[in-house]
Amino acid sequence: MRKYTPKDNVQAKAYYTDRFWVAPRVPRQAVEDEHFKAVVEALGERVKEAYVEINNLVLHIDATQNYAVLETLKDTCGYKICSEISAVDYLAKEGEFEIFYQMLNLDKAKRVRVVCRLKKGLAIESVVPLFKSANFAEREMYDMFGIKANNHPFLKRILMPDDWEGHPLLKTYPLQGDEFASWYEVDKIFGKEYRDIIGPENRDPARIDRYDTKRFSRVGYEVPFDADISSGETKTPIEYSTTFLTDYNTGTKQLDKRK
Amino acid sequence: MAQHKVNYASNGGLPVALTSVDKLLNWGRSNSLWPLTYGLACCAIEMMASGGSRFDFDRLGTIFRASPRQSDLMILAGTLSKKHAEFARRLYDQMPEPKWVISMGSCANTGGMFNTYATVQGVDRIVPVDIYLPGCAPRPETLQYAVMMLQKKIRKESANMKKNKKQDLRLV
Ligand code: SF4
Repeated sequence: MRKYTPKDNVQAKAYYTDRFWVAPRVPRQAVEDEHFKAVVEALGERVKEAYVEINNLVLHIDATQNYAVLETLKDTCGYKICSEISAVDYLAKEGEFEIFYQMLNLDKAKRVRVVCRLKKGLAIESVVPLFKSANFAEREMYDMFGIKANNHPFLKRILMPDDWEGHPLLKTYPLQGDEFASWYEVDKIFGKEYRDIIGPENRDPARIDRYDTKRFSRVGYEVPFDADISSGETKTPIEYSTTFLTDYNTGTKQLDKRK
Repeated sequence: MAQHKVNYASNGGLPVALTSVDKLLNWGRSNSLWPLTYGLACCAIEMMASGGSRFDFDRLGTIFRASPRQSDLMILAGTLSKKHAEFARRLYDQMPEPKWVISMGSCANTGGMFNTYATVQGVDRIVPVDIYLPGCAPRPETLQYAVMMLQKKIRKESANMKKNKKQDLRLV
């Protein structure tokens, strides 16, 4: 029987992992800082879980309350900058996306990460009215994960072409692209009927075809351009000079010989 | 006879030089290769350096032009993404014949280190390439050498494009 490979995560993996290796975790600390305590207090009921990771307050909230939470953070707690919004694909493990908002308070020099979980297929409320920077970030989130943001002013792909299929940062998306991706430029420029003429992509740039006499020449042999050498390569007197080759089998070093 | 006067004696007294149409055209074409000002990624920085005063492309007659209509050489310098492939091909189509293409750097040659879904795995999938130039990034000297090799190749060409065979234009 063929070995079963899970299809929900096709990302490249290390070919060797220690069975007993446990990934180290950043230690989580209780909220002790005065300012962070005030932030958690201001948000009240909406915070499901709060802890500090490397001087960075992490707040878990419900995905439906993201707008209200960010509004409070901005207006009452002084987090005027939203430096990053993105998502993490946990679909294979938990069937959910993790969406995070990285906030910065310049007056207090503090950072807060707001984290929420979103089921696949659901949309999240856009925070563009609060932070202009969310515009591109949410478009990128849509482009890379397919997570839609409700009430976004212009929700369209930002990095990939508009007619692209698939969302590349999903774990189900292969790194080297699916069928659509591998023929994209050919289909677009020349049309599908040119696939046969152009041929599939060469995904191994180091590949050397020893019988290809157009682009490679054989070391130590002289072969005419485009000659067929698949059978009966002829030996020619051109060989590499032996001066620079060390014969390790004899045991004596070249230098000694020269003396 | 004054030195600045034409020395008529050297041409048998005639102010003419005899040549063939092939030679004349190739002389013109190879010594005024005008590349398109077109950079795609980090390799383009090296291309700009080649055009600048230190490496000075102008002395090969290579002057960057800002329009594909005025250029006859396309230097694909950098990573060609799949999104951009269409536009690169359109620029190539807009260049008048005869035209040549130099693929500069590993990314343009094979996709290089970007073995991913979004990078064209070698620009020869979309345009015909004359010279492949290895390196990441190739130094300006390498690009100069490539242009000189291309000149050499052009000088082998026949003015009648139909006569040109891949085999005859081989450089090495
Ligand atoms: S070959 Fe290297 S220098 Fe050139 S575009 Fe690719 S990564 Fe950049």
